[in-house]
Amino acid sequence: MTKPKIATVWFEACSGCHMSFLDLDETLVDILSKVQLTVSPITDFKDYDFPEVDVGIVEGGIGNTEHKEIAEKLRKHCRILVAWGDCAVFGGINTLRNGIPKEEVLRYGFIETESTINGVMPIHKELPALLDKVLPLHEVVPVDVYLPGCPPSPEVIAYGLTEILEGRIPVLPADMIHFD
Amino acid sequence: MTTTQKITLNPISRLEGHGKVTIHLDAAGEVQEARFHITQFRGYERFCYGRPFEEMPIITQRICGICPVSHQLASAKACDAILGVEIPPAAKALRVLEHMGQYIQSHALHFFYLASPDLLLGWDADPAERNVVGVIGKYPELAMKGIRMRKLGQEIIRALGGKKIHPAFAVAGGVTNSLSETDRASLLAGFPDAYTTCHAGIELIRGWLQDHWEEVKRFANFSSHYAGLVDSNGCPDMYDGKLRITRHDHQIIEEFDPADYLTFIAEHVEPWSYLKFPFFKPEGYPEGCYRVGPLARLNIADAMSTPQADEELQHFRKLSENGLNGCTLLYHYARLIEALNCLERAEQLLSDDRICSRDVRYTGQPVNEEGVGVVEAPRGTLIHHYQVDDYGAIRKVNLIVATGHNNIAMNRSVQLVAQEYIHNGQVQEGLLNRVEGAIRCYDPCLSCSTHAFGQMLLSIQIYGADGELLAEIRRE
Ligand code: SF4
Repeated sequence: MTKPKIATVWFEACSGCHMSFLDLDETLVDILSKVQLTVSPITDFKDYDFPEVDVGIVEGGIGNTEHKEIAEKLRKHCRILVAWGDCAVFGGINTLRNGIPKEEVLRYGFIETESTINGVMPIHKELPALLDKVLPLHEVVPVDVYLPGCPPSPEVIAYGLTEILEGRIPVLPADMIHFD
Repeated sequence: MTTTQKITLNPISRLEGHGKVTIHLDAAGEVQEARFHITQFRGYERFCYGRPFEEMPIITQRICGICPVSHQLASAKACDAILGVEIPPAAKALRVLEHMGQYIQSHALHFFYLASPDLLLGWDADPAERNVVGVIGKYPELAMKGIRMRKLGQEIIRALGGKKIHPAFAVAGGVTNSLSETDRASLLAGFPDAYTTCHAGIELIRGWLQDHWEEVKRFANFSSHYAGLVDSNGCPDMYDGKLRITRHDHQIIEEFDPADYLTFIAEHVEPWSYLKFPFFKPEGYPEGCYRVGPLARLNIADAMSTPQADEELQHFRKLSENGLNGCTLLYHYARLIEALNCLERAEQLLSDDRICSRDVRYTGQPVNEEGVGVVEAPRGTLIHHYQVDDYGAIRKVNLIVATGHNNIAMNRSVQLVAQEYIHNGQVQEGLLNRVEGAIRCYDPCLSCSTHAFGQMLLSIQIYGADGELLAEIRRE
């Protein structure tokens, strides 16, 4: 039997959800032996033309044009899409910028901060443009599984993955639902 | 020039953040400039405006899931300054302990999960294998050790703050709770194993450096200034102290109270990156290039604060005739020496009965309208600077994070590697991995640096003298 393929990405996020995955520690070795990890920040596969995978996992909200493109591609290539952590589920801490025009957020960061000298607006063909608002994943593509938490605890991550690998859509028991 | 075809080499990553590299050639096909673009931005400095200042340690730690504790501590220190207080001694000891926990986890993460695949499996190994899963497969025992060492660091954080990532612990005026005797005992039990692991890592990197000495000497080696916090004995201090800036030859150029950072550090902006370029203000941009992080902290040190790490520093120093301490690859060795230092510091703190004191927080009203908090995060100096109004609402935020300080240096390192691997418009095999390796030495936390985070999306684009795209190198 071939192992189920998994891809993980992070967008507008802090990496904490991936760190929480690593916090599975010894159990991590077990889980990794049951799946094939393809594209992921912890591997060397970095092709965003994704292979076909069984499970796509997203950490982070959608904050710029590149995030949106990659999320759409991943959706096309995965069977089950998981929103991992509060940022992917709700937009998270990043949405604090949603009430402020993005030009103002940029101007403050790159021109007005006290230590900045002769600042300029970072606008360049190599830089993806910010979206007006940071969006939760489900506002950009359909999502199959939500695992909230900031970050989701290792137990939630393990529970979610195990259920998916056994062919079920995980429904978190009440005591596993937490949002911090 | 003829290289107009699209060159596809092999993959990239295990880096913490979003970025890509473009290389610009001159008419002769030689490298003129290399740019490391950071493609992510989040806007913390603006969106914290108006928040009560006490919220800042909780909000800003979400800049980074790898070093949340450093952000929490820099932030809490800035808040202490706004409250105008010295926190109780036990609160300070507990904050330092929390930070040591984070160093242990972060350095173990970098070495065993992110860097060891290159060292153990080789830079040119099959990319499908060259990751932590590959290391687990080939060196299960070492991998398990690394996992347990990182776990000890995370357990320290959990014992203090209730959870491993984004704990609620350091707050304005101190910390939220004391340490229980039970937790203290169970944490202490984890140290013998962690020491063995750390020494095994040190052995491994020393052997690797010896076997690859020629490459180490050549690889992205350049002189720069170095910066980091030191205590009153000139030992690197991860939580407090004076900010010391030295020249490449260890000569101290400045040593100042970090609250005065604006006199010595400024930031430049390039339109092609979301990451700003801090520089040593008296020398201007880009001449005032300095580096931070493990290599820098060892280079500025008079000694290490603990015996085992100090002994290791002597070995490190022996490598450094001819200015070899500029070798970017030595970052890996420096990182493990620091991990050892942090294990020793944490054990010392836990062995002192005062660590269980209940006097851990001062409460009061803000008396100052401004506060600067500076710590050494695992990747380098971290500055939080806030201003508040009469009600304690945030009016200004300025953040300079570890990876930012290394921005000029990372660009320079990439350029040096590119110059070695590209001639006459021809790209030698292995460029992509080497460029990535050069960047990885700095362990850049791009989530911190642009107050942003995302997967490393590194492709290399090569442009000719007329700005036309000659080649794009990506992983299959
Ligand atoms: S949910 Fe929390 S831990 Fe996860 S990326 Fe967002 S801020 Fe970080």
